[in-house]
Amino acid sequence: MSEDHVPGFNTLSIHAGAQPDPTTGARATPIYQTTSFVFEDVDHAASLFGLQAFGNIYTRIGNPTCAVLEERVAALEGGTAALAVASGHAAQLIVMHTLLQPGDEFIAGTQLYGGSINQFNHAFKKFDWHVAWADSTDVSSFEKAVTPKTKAIFIESVANPGGVVVDIEGIAQVARRAGVPLIVDNTLASPYLCRPFEHGADIVVHSATKFLGGHGNSIGGVIVDGGTFNWMREGRYPTLSEPCESYQGMVLGETFGNFAFAIACRVLGLRDLGAALSPFNAFLLVTGIETLSLRMDRHCANAVAVAEFLSSHPKVAWVSYSGLPGDRYHALQQKYCPKGGGAVFTFGVKGGYDAGVKVVSNVQLFSHLANIGDTRSLIIHPASTTHRQLSDQQKTSAGAGPDVIRVSIGIEDKEDIIADLDQALASA
Amino acid sequence: MNHDSYPDAYIREILDSCRVIAMVGASANTVRPSYFVLKYMLEKGYRVIPVNPGQAGKDILGQRVYASLSDIPEPIDMVDIFRASEAADGIVDEALALEPRPKVIWMQLSVRNDEAAAKAEAAGLKVVMNRCPKIEYGRLSGEIAWAGVNRRTVSSKRPVLSGGGFQRLGLGKGRTSN
Repeated sequence: MSEDHVPGFNTLSIHAGAQPDPTTGARATPIYQTTSFVFEDVDHAASLFGLQAFGNIYTRIGNPTCAVLEERVAALEGGTAALAVASGHAAQLIVMHTLLQPGDEFIAGTQLYGGSINQFNHAFKKFDWHVAWADSTDVSSFEKAVTPKTKAIFIESVANPGGVVVDIEGIAQVARRAGVPLIVDNTLASPYLCRPFEHGADIVVHSATKFLGGHGNSIGGVIVDGGTFNWMREGRYPTLSEPCESYQGMVLGETFGNFAFAIACRVLGLRDLGAALSPFNAFLLVTGIETLSLRMDRHCANAVAVAEFLSSHPKVAWVSYSGLPGDRYHALQQKYCPKGGGAVFTFGVKGGYDAGVKVVSNVQLFSHLANIGDTRSLIIHPASTTHRQLSDQQKTSAGAGPDVIRVSIGIEDKEDIIADLDQALASA
Repeated sequence: MNHDSYPDAYIREILDSCRVIAMVGASANTVRPSYFVLKYMLEKGYRVIPVNPGQAGKDILGQRVYASLSDIPEPIDMVDIFRASEAADGIVDEALALEPRPKVIWMQLSVRNDEAAAKAEAAGLKVVMNRCPKIEYGRLSGEIAWAGVNRRTVSSKRPVLSGGGFQRLGLGKGRTSN
């Protein structure tokens, strides 16, 4: 391959970050299941602790298996660097810990995973970080929520659970005018369907637990640095722009160029908050990513077939899937996720809360559980589970009203998926 | 040369062929980026000569500091500029007056001066701007992957250990990277 040939998405999914092992030649990524790494000598140790050399110290800060996951996701997203962490929630915590000071605010679209709504409303309040909610379907609501204390804007590219495709470019313009970074959770789309950096995002986060890993076997999260934001301007992000006390006064933002945010998340956030990813989970996640495009194509094709089936079912009141022509978000899906609308969508079952409970109880092939992005088809009734703790108004604005069923369509035969839903609805 | 995007082979050839680097603007402050780069390139086996009028006659990391390029009593292969972009013009003039002339002018991350670059290139020198040799060495050797950095390249070749160590990778001179 010539030096200036840019590898395609499928090639990067398999090769990015993963050369043969330098000591053994092992071709698959080894699982470096170790807490620590010996130093070559005292000077080498000092250089590593002072961030003057690249190398491995302790798996809470970095590990060669986790590093393959990091570079691979950075390459697929088109970012400058990435950091793998214990979960998607840990990714969000570390991003905000790097950006925010006590008393600061950030704006988030209400169309979010219910767990993120909880984290932002309650857990973050204890850090004195304050979320202002906007409507992801209305760009102007973000503009109105900006205050002098706003330090970031957070959205999901394809929102969970409602199948909303968000106008990333419109919200990126609001972020640019406010002088704050746009953080996009790209979990539901995966970089195969949507690449937020190409639409103005500055930071991407993932729950790698979902489509990246793809097999429902490992919790993990990834933070990707777009390399686009100028952290040194105006001193609004002191973690990056001010001398860092725990690194002898180093200014991370001027030392690490266009991947300084990812480094700050690692050497401060991950080091101090401790949410490290296990190397074994990293191995399962990088193995999953090798087939990302194949799986996403099948997920999306199956989702369209299932959504079409449900649209004409007498017991179904409505279907919200952006992959259906005529859906409210179809035009945005065509713009931001032209290869497909993803595998996660919602529909309303006639009969409300009780009927919803019956459907999820009656399925035989679908698994009733609180996850998405598995090879298996998954189903949940958000009002009685993931979104149970929200008020009725919060449930509805998050797309999780009483009649709502969320499905994550797997890569089984579509005829079997449809037959299972058909029998479950018949008995509802 | 297109100074917005350098081929990997161009950077690799420079890092392979240069052994003596004069670093203009080298700092004795151990948390400054220029100190980091000086230390890293020394560890990689380069001879690095600090140039800084405020530190002239003293040592940084055991290397004697000179006030200007013309004070350095030995031939240099590359001038690495850790100064504001405006200062690059005068530094290139100084470099071109040396005998023998260096082969490469390298301007650090955020340093770019297209006029100075054109002048150096017209005199037959290679020029790199707005890049860091530490980052480029780390990228091409593979070391920087341990920090989760996207190297923008893929390879089925085994990385090369350097210096008899196990946490240090080298450029593997004579091998192609891809």
